[in-house]
Amino acid sequence: MTFEKGLPFWKQLVLQALALLVAFTVLFPILWIISMSLDPRNLSRPTELNLIPPGASFDAYLKVMDKPTANPVTFTELALNQLKLAGGVSVFAVAVAILAAYSFSRFDFRGRRSLMLTVITVLMLPSIASIAPLFVLLNRASLTDPETGRIIFNLRNSLWGVGLALTSGQLPFAIWNLKGYLDTIPRELEEAARIDGASPNQLFFLIILPLATPAIAVTAFLSFLSGWTEFAISWQFLNQPKDFTLAMSLYNMTGPFSSDVPWSRFAAMALLVAAPVAVVYLLAQRWIVSGLTIGSVK
Amino acid sequence: MAIDTSNPGDFTKWWMRTTYTRAAYLYLVPSFVIMSVITFYPLLYQVWMSFTSYDITNLRINSDPPEWVGLKNYLDILSGALSAKVTNFDFVRILSFNLIWTFTNVPIHVVTGVLIAVLLNTKGLWFKGVYRAIYILPIVLPTLVIATIWRNMFDQTNGAITLGMISLGGVFNIPPEIFRIRWFESLDPPFEWFLPGQPMPWSFYAMLIANIWLGWPFMTIVATGALQSIPSDLYEAASIDGASGVQQFLNITVPLIRPAMVPAAMYGIITTFNLFNFIYMMSRGGPLGQTEILVTQAFKIVNAQQLYGVAAAFSVLIFFILLGLTLLTNVITKGTERYDI
Repeated sequence: MTFEKGLPFWKQLVLQALALLVAFTVLFPILWIISMSLDPRNLSRPTELNLIPPGASFDAYLKVMDKPTANPVTFTELALNQLKLAGGVSVFAVAVAILAAYSFSRFDFRGRRSLMLTVITVLMLPSIASIAPLFVLLNRASLTDPETGRIIFNLRNSLWGVGLALTSGQLPFAIWNLKGYLDTIPRELEEAARIDGASPNQLFFLIILPLATPAIAVTAFLSFLSGWTEFAISWQFLNQPKDFTLAMSLYNMTGPFSSDVPWSRFAAMALLVAAPVAVVYLLAQRWIVSGLTIGSVK
Repeated sequence: MAIDTSNPGDFTKWWMRTTYTRAAYLYLVPSFVIMSVITFYPLLYQVWMSFTSYDITNLRINSDPPEWVGLKNYLDILSGALSAKVTNFDFVRILSFNLIWTFTNVPIHVVTGVLIAVLLNTKGLWFKGVYRAIYILPIVLPTLVIATIWRNMFDQTNGAITLGMISLGGVFNIPPEIFRIRWFESLDPPFEWFLPGQPMPWSFYAMLIANIWLGWPFMTIVATGALQSIPSDLYEAASIDGASGVQQFLNITVPLIRPAMVPAAMYGIITTFNLFNFIYMMSRGGPLGQTEILVTQAFKIVNAQQLYGVAAAFSVLIFFILLGLTLLTNVITKGTERYDI
């Protein structure tokens, strides 16, 4: 093998063929779904493989934007619900978690190890495995009309309840992920400031917070991503169509009772759900990927 | 610490000395207050629930408290007696499938990921940037969406896989009926001639294919990072000594990327073990619960059967299984943290 010179031509060809094959397998599902979403014939099912179907149009997107499922909610409402849920949980969890992460990363105090162990223990449990108690407990928080006996508000059956249930899992994740990042920030700067008499608050706001901004953004994005694709808790908790989310509707379009949903609309919906997070991911790829590996490896 | 509070000087000194310790606790307060209410309390409540017959009748406000049943829920789960209430329930089958699912997927992800990373890292390869941009796509798309797309592609009449295989088979005059596989319904284990007695249904293989598509790019990214930190003079020295490409791969590349790949693989194991959205969207545990994993089954006990007490017991069991798995992966990771040349 030679290193300074380029590859021999035949080797280049073989490797190009391999790389193209891999690229083809990666692109195949994506092209399939894009092609299906553009199919104008409103066929319930495609009958052949086509990259660009004859007379491609955005018709399916318009139909999905209007009313994706049989439920009386528009795409905008679904997206707003999902956005409130994912955004709210992510901002809240990260804002609270950065404080705890600072404490865990920078101070030594009695009980530090056992408190950290508590966080990791909770983190280990997937959110599905705490769905039963959260459902039962949040269901108790409800207001009934004293005259008619009808339930006016049930915390479980609202986006607030789902948000609380999601925060329950997101907060330990955010603490741990942020702590992992803060551990990688060198301490020299703080130590100098500390000798000069800076208070813990000054250290946090003037040194740690600015340095941790990329970490905060990545953790917030990862938390947002899990809220954006959250299915199980919303599906279990919510039963009013006005609260439904994108993930729930996507399941509705592919689930057991979806045989009459044209595939072009399912495809358009899938792409619309994926697009916002995919775009952010692609733009901020470098930071997010390093964030993923740090969070997982630490 | 003994403090003489009668002497204000001592107290001030102590107060000054503990500034940082007090701050440490203060910064933890918001998180731990919130987690106490929405995380720790529900989890303890779950342990209590797991010893009761909590079900839908106990949900209404002012309803009677559930009956204390001791270890009944646990015994029902482990002995399989629960199958009277939950269709197709078999704890041993679910746990074994969960492990088989994890330990078939992750090794394939790691090996494929590393090989593709090596391919991309070849000096002088054209269009590297283009390939890198394409190869990241499976990570970029949400798993939930990917699973629905793959389920659609495996449709037995109009799915992309079926249509693709039929047109490819047409070239060799293979009748199209052979390719109309009922991926998610068929109970006949495939490849009998190849793997006699293998217990997995078609839907396992459909999900395996889809999850390989989903899983290798992450490993490629981790491996690429590790590959780029290997000094190239190691390879030069080896090739001067007459080592072949394969020998160099086995004796330089593999040992040097191992410290990065082991933690990534452990992360993959935990993720794959709990891959709820993917399995729930793709096979939904079917056919007849054959591809159910622990978390999808836990969800169904809550969602379909509404047996909250049983679900709580099941979740407590999941906790201990995961604890075991996590400890095991941590031991393995720690053991391979450093590699000395």
